Amino acid sequence: MGKSVAIIGTGQTRHGRRQDVCYPDLVKEAVEAALEDAGITLKDVDGVVLGTMPSMMEGVSSTHFYFAEAMGSVGKPVLKVETCGSTGQSIGHCGFFWASSGMADIVLVVGSEKMSEGDGQATMNTVFDPFFQRTFAAGAPGVFTMQSMEWMYRFKIPEDKGREAAAMISVSNHDNAMDNPHAHIRTRVTMDDVKNARIITYPVRLLDVCPASDGACAVIFASGDKAKKICKKPAWVKGIGFRGEEFFYGESDKAIWMSATEAAKEAYSQAGIKDPLKELDVAEVYNPFTYQEMIFYECFGFCPRGKAPDYVLKGTFKKGGRLPCGPSGGTLCTNPIGATGLIRMAEAALQVTGKAGARQVEGAKLALSHAMGGVDQFNGVTILGSEQ
Amino acid sequence: MSIEKYKIVEGQVKVTYELALGRTWSHFYDCFKEGKIMGTRCRKCSRVLVPPRSFCPRCFEDMDEWVEVSDEGIIETWVYVNMPFFAQETKIPFISAQIRLDGCDSGFTHIVGGVDMSDLDKVRAAVKLGGRVKAVWSREKKGSIRDIEYFEPVK
Repeated sequence: MGKSVAIIGTGQTRHGRRQDVCYPDLVKEAVEAALEDAGITLKDVDGVVLGTMPSMMEGVSSTHFYFAEAMGSVGKPVLKVETCGSTGQSIGHCGFFWASSGMADIVLVVGSEKMSEGDGQATMNTVFDPFFQRTFAAGAPGVFTMQSMEWMYRFKIPEDKGREAAAMISVSNHDNAMDNPHAHIRTRVTMDDVKNARIITYPVRLLDVCPASDGACAVIFASGDKAKKICKKPAWVKGIGFRGEEFFYGESDKAIWMSATEAAKEAYSQAGIKDPLKELDVAEVYNPFTYQEMIFYECFGFCPRGKAPDYVLKGTFKKGGRLPCGPSGGTLCTNPIGATGLIRMAEAALQVTGKAGARQVEGAKLALSHAMGGVDQFNGVTILGSEQ
Repeated sequence: MSIEKYKIVEGQVKVTYELALGRTWSHFYDCFKEGKIMGTRCRKCSRVLVPPRSFCPRCFEDMDEWVEVSDEGIIETWVYVNMPFFAQETKIPFISAQIRLDGCDSGFTHIVGGVDMSDLDKVRAAVKLGGRVKAVWSREKKGSIRDIEYFEPVK
């Protein structure tokens, strides 16, 4: 790790279908909220990092030109970083690198998406190569479901048990979203609702899948010295990890998932975490799909391989459980993709600084945030803590 | 300022691409048209990959040795797709699968067919994880992924 860095402010829009704002105004909403939270003005910002999904999502090429001013980037250095679903973690890492290098004291990081305006699954489906896999890919649901089936088969998880645990994850994320004023989907659902919802990609049903949201998130990073001077309660970056694997689905083992496992391992080693289930107080796992969330639990060492459904069913990851996951309602209830991974990081920062309101996990000091991108290809993890 | 209804403008961006398959994948589809599935082998780790690669993603070594693999293999994982997606020519419902062809070290993405799709129980009885499937080739081959119509469970 370089010099220490902390998050001194976060801001989010109200996420959902936002026809009341054009794209730049959506971005500005998050930026203003973050500046206010940090108690700084644009004059204090040395550089801006942003990220979104590919241009195809909104039909405007290089959207950073479109909303450059909304990020207050006039007259400032700007960097764009884009890694599909993992963009939010990538841009957060980039903000960390910049502040950690000593080249900037304060960096504004912005992630955004306006998914209601286009066809999100068209963007996802064209992530697949045009010659071999796209014809049969079925977007994100197709491939994430295949992965979940492979995982259940590998670890001999009975289909009914997998179904029950996935439904419980859906119910608890929906319950949690009720506590989050920013969340897109704020409706309670029952186990039966989930199990009887329309099949998207069997066994995955509608309520196992995230929505397509409009939304933006801004996070302000500061060098350690600056953070101590201007922020009473910063969220310290304790460790980061990012790993990629092969492009073609089928070339790597997705039931074990090297990129997710190694990204977490790297972040844990920097943060000095040996037993994540014991040491972490809260986790914001990137969970666009209920079944897939369980694979992440295993990759992150929250439980042994093949055991995630058992842990879910005994309530380990629920509100009030041993390691609450997704107190915000998670990606499952809000997914403006370019912002989503950064929302996980912002939520983790809110938790360790005691600012998470109704969704606060009491006394949280150490939090994991995460995002995944591409056809199960990239994974990024950031650990935030209340102590330097 | 009161607004009754927010304005929306419909837009479309339509672009035609000419996508180059290059040396390795052109050769793959030349052979595919002849009813052969070809992979390439890594000089260093000896893995055989389909789709073939010009270099090994793990070792970064050339993969210039061509190896014919079987058109039969096992289902590593499958999914019943019940939703249409952009750029997806296959009509729903269909079964997308990863098939580990004999003689190959990676999963090959294709569809499983020749199965009664009228209800899920029938699908689940016919399509098994770890079950064997064999390619059903098209009569008219054009040198594309569609030269195999589908993979059929081996009885």
